[in-house]
Amino acid sequence: MPFKFHDDIATADVAFEAWGETIEEMFIAASEAAMKVMIEDLEEIERRQSREIEVDSDAIDMLLFNLLQEIIFFKDAEQLLLRIESVKIKLENGTCFLKATGWGEQIDPGRHRLIVDVKAVTLHRFKVEQSPRGWEAFIILDI
Amino acid sequence: MPIISQFKRISDTIWEIPQDYKEGMRVPARIYATEKLVSEMDEGVVEQVTNVATLPGIQKYALCMPDGHWGYGFPIGGVAAMDERSGVISPGGIGFDVNCGMRLVLTNLTYDEVKEHMKDLVDRLFARVPAGVGSSGFVKLSHDEFRNLVEKGARWCIKNGYGWEEDLERTEEFGQISGADASTISQKAVDRGYKQIGTLGSGNHYLEIQVARRENIFDAELAEAFGLGMPDQVVIMFHCGSRGFGHQVATDYLQVFLKVMQTKYGIKVLDRELACAPLLSPEGQDYFAAMKCAINMAFVNRQVILHRIREVFSDVLRKDPADLGLHQVYDVAHNTAKLETHTIDGRQQRLLVHRKGATRAFGPGAEGLPAIYRKSGQPVIIGGSMETGSYLLAGVGSGDQTFFSTAHGSGRSMSRHKARKMFHGKTLQQDMERRGIYVRTASWSGLAEEAGAAYKNIDEVVEATEAAGISKRVARFIPVGNVKG
Repeated sequence: MPFKFHDDIATADVAFEAWGETIEEMFIAASEAAMKVMIEDLEEIERRQSREIEVDSDAIDMLLFNLLQEIIFFKDAEQLLLRIESVKIKLENGTCFLKATGWGEQIDPGRHRLIVDVKAVTLHRFKVEQSPRGWEAFIILDI
Repeated sequence: MPIISQFKRISDTIWEIPQDYKEGMRVPARIYATEKLVSEMDEGVVEQVTNVATLPGIQKYALCMPDGHWGYGFPIGGVAAMDERSGVISPGGIGFDVNCGMRLVLTNLTYDEVKEHMKDLVDRLFARVPAGVGSSGFVKLSHDEFRNLVEKGARWCIKNGYGWEEDLERTEEFGQISGADASTISQKAVDRGYKQIGTLGSGNHYLEIQVARRENIFDAELAEAFGLGMPDQVVIMFHCGSRGFGHQVATDYLQVFLKVMQTKYGIKVLDRELACAPLLSPEGQDYFAAMKCAINMAFVNRQVILHRIREVFSDVLRKDPADLGLHQVYDVAHNTAKLETHTIDGRQQRLLVHRKGATRAFGPGAEGLPAIYRKSGQPVIIGGSMETGSYLLAGVGSGDQTFFSTAHGSGRSMSRHKARKMFHGKTLQQDMERRGIYVRTASWSGLAEEAGAAYKNIDEVVEATEAAGISKRVARFIPVGNVKG
């Protein structure tokens, strides 16, 4: 998967980098990494229901922040584990708009090998940038 | 690892990082720790505590407690007091899990009386106090009632039959911090949290049955004052916070502050997680009122869990909870900012004291303590790892040096992933059971992450607080039953 966890940073929390050839691919990779913190095997999440997610921001990094926050929100508010499958980003008049579709299902502790709750996306060392790999992000999640 | 030769050694347990260490520091930073603890701290602690020292309005020192480790914004274990008029409020100095805290409950039972019921007690607690990722609780509320609840705090629980009147005075802020205003919280925060009352959460959150052995009582008089009077007395300790509601409140205002901090207030910070606004600004006041709602929600959460504990003990031991002596000792908050009056250089000053992964530890006679603890000082509950043990401390008069703040736990020393690679949840559970600790967990991986070896030595952390004169040991507790989130 196009993400990697960093064990030596933020001892009690979880740090990771995610990358992709396009910004959309990187956003999907970062979403998968955030979900992977909560569940042992992403393949255990079945495609039973979907949610359309729309967020916007005047900064590209905060657009990713907002997408990840939505995933965390659905986990608490609807007990839904969502995997982001498609992401569309457009820039209009200086504002970034994102539309994404998440597919997944309700938490089932009998079938899902869960790990820990992600409480929030932090801004400590938070970074989204272009690189030789295309696009990459560095994120620390609060556990 | 920090290079301690760069620090000024103030005493055996106080290490100062001078103001010229980094541009923009308004005060020096001070780490409270033994030489061993400070040399083992991760590099993030120094980076973060010195970042905190640059915040507007900070008084005296940016502080870090002996269990300090790398966090976000503030280090975990970070304490900073801001002048009420010129200072800022920052969600990064409080944490996303607002009022994550500890509650300690007594019983009048000895370990021998409880031993044969241990599995039944833990199994039932595991069933009645939901734990794990995204868990929801049994209290069904409308959105409006939830908004009412976050203003009323634990008082709402007493009114609705989830507790005893005496529980309130044995809770910081008497279970209801004043100034909580539900009009400052988003609908999103309500949606995220209104079903989560009475749930533990996950990560390092737990509910534990523990024993106070006679040889682990350090101060018999204080122990007696806190209700520990018999040998091998069984107690219950648990750790949890304001769940998704508090996390969302912090996230919402982090974004509000990012938008206004520089453009409207001209404040620059070295880490965006330290986003802040002047306390007296409209944005600062709104966050303060919203954060207080999250403080109250966490008090409610722990109060409802206490109610469940009383039900379970009563069911299993077939006695009324009052006859089992299930009195709460105290409830302490870890992640808060509170307006308090402290004396700085002989002058009384109103300060907003940020404590992130740090416990308030008022000394004897402090205002804000209930009459029952006025003479003893505040009970301070320090949660250790599930394998090693926990502590009850008391606040002391010399705690004024840290704005009456002390450690909050043992502090992680190993990353979660590394712990998962080193330990196996099921094997660890079996091994702990052989050692007399019966554990139920919502997650095998989560259990492995919380292995005792992933934490600092709690005895050393607690001894450092005593040596530094910021709190005093009363009793050490050994775990015998554990519900792990």
